Amino acid sequence: MKTVVVLVLFLVLTFLHQDDWYWNDKTLWFGFLPAGLGYHAIYSVVAALFWYLVSKFAWPHKTEEWAEQGDA
Amino acid sequence: MTTFYILVGYLCLLIGLGLVSNKFFKGTSADFFVVSRSVGSFLLLMSIFGTTMTGFALVGSTGKAYTSGIGVYGLMASWSGLVHSAVFFAVGIKLWAVGKRYGYVTQCEYFRDRFESEKLGYLLFPILVLLVIPYLLVGVIAAGKFIQPTTAGLFPDAFPMPNLPNGKPHPLSGGVPPWIGSGVICLIVLFYVFFGGLRGAVWANTFQTIVFMITGLIAFVMISKNLGGLKEASQAVADSEFASPRLAREGMMGKLQFMSYFFVPLSVGMFPHLFQHWLTAKSAKNFRLTVVAHPLFIMIVWLPCILIGIWAAAYLGPLGPGQTANSVLGRMVGQLVHSPILTGLVGAGVLAAIMSSLDSQFMCLGTMFTNDIVIKKVGPDRFSDDQKIWIARGFILAVVAVTYGLGIYLKDSAHVFDLGVWCFSGFAALFPLVFAAVYWKGVTKAGAYASILSTVAVWCVLFYRDIIAEKPPGMEEDELLIGGMMPVTIMIAVSAVSLIVVSLITKKPSESTIRKFFA
Repeated sequence: MKTVVVLVLFLVLTFLHQDDWYWNDKTLWFGFLPAGLGYHAIYSVVAALFWYLVSKFAWPHKTEEWAEQGDA
Repeated sequence: MTTFYILVGYLCLLIGLGLVSNKFFKGTSADFFVVSRSVGSFLLLMSIFGTTMTGFALVGSTGKAYTSGIGVYGLMASWSGLVHSAVFFAVGIKLWAVGKRYGYVTQCEYFRDRFESEKLGYLLFPILVLLVIPYLLVGVIAAGKFIQPTTAGLFPDAFPMPNLPNGKPHPLSGGVPPWIGSGVICLIVLFYVFFGGLRGAVWANTFQTIVFMITGLIAFVMISKNLGGLKEASQAVADSEFASPRLAREGMMGKLQFMSYFFVPLSVGMFPHLFQHWLTAKSAKNFRLTVVAHPLFIMIVWLPCILIGIWAAAYLGPLGPGQTANSVLGRMVGQLVHSPILTGLVGAGVLAAIMSSLDSQFMCLGTMFTNDIVIKKVGPDRFSDDQKIWIARGFILAVVAVTYGLGIYLKDSAHVFDLGVWCFSGFAALFPLVFAAVYWKGVTKAGAYASILSTVAVWCVLFYRDIIAEKPPGMEEDELLIGGMMPVTIMIAVSAVSLIVVSLITKKPSESTIRKFFA
């Protein structure tokens, strides 16, 4: 279930990257930050937040345990 | 000379770091190749980030924003923030786990066992090496070409250049020539990798990542201050007929091109030098910080550079004859800040970004030659641990020498930097292979061969069309797009379809292999 949620959220983020609504917008946010650039800066922060949530709630603990067994 | 002394001081610090890292060297091959799998969260984050960010992160991003505007951030930075972390999480941790459990050091070792084929390693090995070498060349050439203008005028007697045809002095006259600049950079990287192994690279990467992140921010603050402030700098762009299109993406890039850049950062899944860094982690938990902080770190480095790039379009105007977009950052620092100290610091930052990729690449090629060819041929017990380390050092020395020689020979070739893009595309096109190896029990040896061979075939055809074949007049500089998309889209599609179709109709891997790799 967790994997499905992570995949769906990842797909949502992938679609949100294509911000056609700011494609030709030259507005300067706060007087200096072009709208399209500001949007993608926020996108980077949201991506980090997404990965924080993934690492908190969907961490692959089993993979770690399997590796530590080490029968090499 | 202040600028020069800062650069020299920085390089001396790296030599010192190499000596210190050697003191911690345990003398085992596991320590030389994968730091005894003991690297913690912070060093893993900094070394992986430093390795993925090349000199392009500071110099190229500014230049690209100057020519193509703010969309460059979405193309390269925000996509990478999302996709790199996804690859670290979905593939990196899995590969770390099999590496730790079965003692792998290189990708070929893993793929050989996973696909039950010794020959697969011999097929993959030259492909990986050939894809890494142009990537290395870009770094070596960029270092030499960056040092020359940064030191121009400092040594007029030692390195004079003839005047320009219009009688004016050559702008590079008195600068340290590329053959010396590239050579010094190669020697310094060689020094700390030779003596410290991957530990030397990890430590140096951490230090260099801190340096290029801080110097980039200092340059941003100083440049914006000297342009009258953030608002004034950006308003000048809006008011300039030449610069204002760069505030949006219309006319600067296509929507499909923007979307299809998604596939380019998948390349990190197949970079052999990143594979080696993943294996250094002490535990899977150490990946958490890397996965979370990577998008933020990319933003910290890229956002200021993109703004400097569009401000430069308003401040500098169109490029003059002989000027390139990659010189934009240096020109903005030189013309606006007038501080030899800052020029030196930014110079150190650019070299830091270049060297933090070079060291890992040199190291991984030495590791691959030793483990995938020599030890594979003679058996793991033929050499002592100490001998394996010296074999690796010998290969690293040879790789540095060959790269340096090629770098000097090709330094004026127009296509070397284009090769870098094609390296990324090649690695990205092999991503379906590693993804399937990790997640699909049903992927077969024949499917792996089909994927690799079809990737090579499509890569060669598209490479020929973009780099070798003659283009119509006026389109020589245009990026090759297929149906408006990046060529990597087609390459990944062909690679994935070949892998899936052939795997579905060929013999499945043995039960023992499935049990070995799937918990």
